[in-house]
Amino acid sequence: MGFDRTATDRLVLRLESVERGVLLSLVEQMLLFVAPAESPAADPLAAMVGIDEEAVRPEDPALARLFPDAYLDDDEAAGDFRRFTERSLREIKLAHARSVEATLQRSGEKLVLSEDEALAWLGFLNDTRLALGIRIGVTEDSHEELAALDEEDPRAGSFQVYDWLTYLQDSLVQSLMPNH
Amino acid sequence: MDHPWITIVWNDPINLMSYVTYVFMTYFKYDRAKAESLMLDVHEKGRAVVSNGTREEMERDVTAMHSYGLWATLQKDE
Repeated sequence: MGFDRTATDRLVLRLESVERGVLLSLVEQMLLFVAPAESPAADPLAAMVGIDEEAVRPEDPALARLFPDAYLDDDEAAGDFRRFTERSLREIKLAHARSVEATLQRSGEKLVLSEDEALAWLGFLNDTRLALGIRIGVTEDSHEELAALDEEDPRAGSFQVYDWLTYLQDSLVQSLMPNH
Repeated sequence: MDHPWITIVWNDPINLMSYVTYVFMTYFKYDRAKAESLMLDVHEKGRAVVSNGTREEMERDVTAMHSYGLWATLQKDE
């Protein structure tokens, strides 16, 4: 299972049907999670060019990790940067999730991916791991503790998914890594 | 100074070392040795300066790092 290159250099993803179901469910969650809040007061022209006049630093730590501040010690510059970039960043993440969804809807145990689709997968897997990792409290030292969680702990299932996504993402990175 | 602004990538416990190396090679066109060295700085020292240039250039680099899911900030090089 996972990503691989064929002898003819095509990038393929092999999934079992249960894995496909888990990924589709993660896609649905990610589409809801990163969608920009629609405000009736928002200026449609500004939105069209990617400006979100109402974007503020998210309170949810997982969202704050996906849409971080670009300036550490300058709230005004960080706010301006966010208003000019956050909406586009959300659109990119939505596009990645939709592309992943489209590839998952193809039939067959072996999915052949274009380079663009592979990059969408890479972005999606990374975003999902970031969001999930923050939720279950992944730190530099927490891996063993999380791996040893009692199966009744609500984080245990999430950690299994996180660990599997890590494996998937690493196999994709190895397949995409430039040879120099 | 010609390049008074810098882009910093910060360590986080979730991004894969292989992925961070891949991003530095792909986006900045750094060779593997330089990309791995920067990735190790991020991992071990907590941060690395990955590029320098004008403020506009650094905002572009930070935007790109955020689109890859890396935690990056820009600041004046002091």
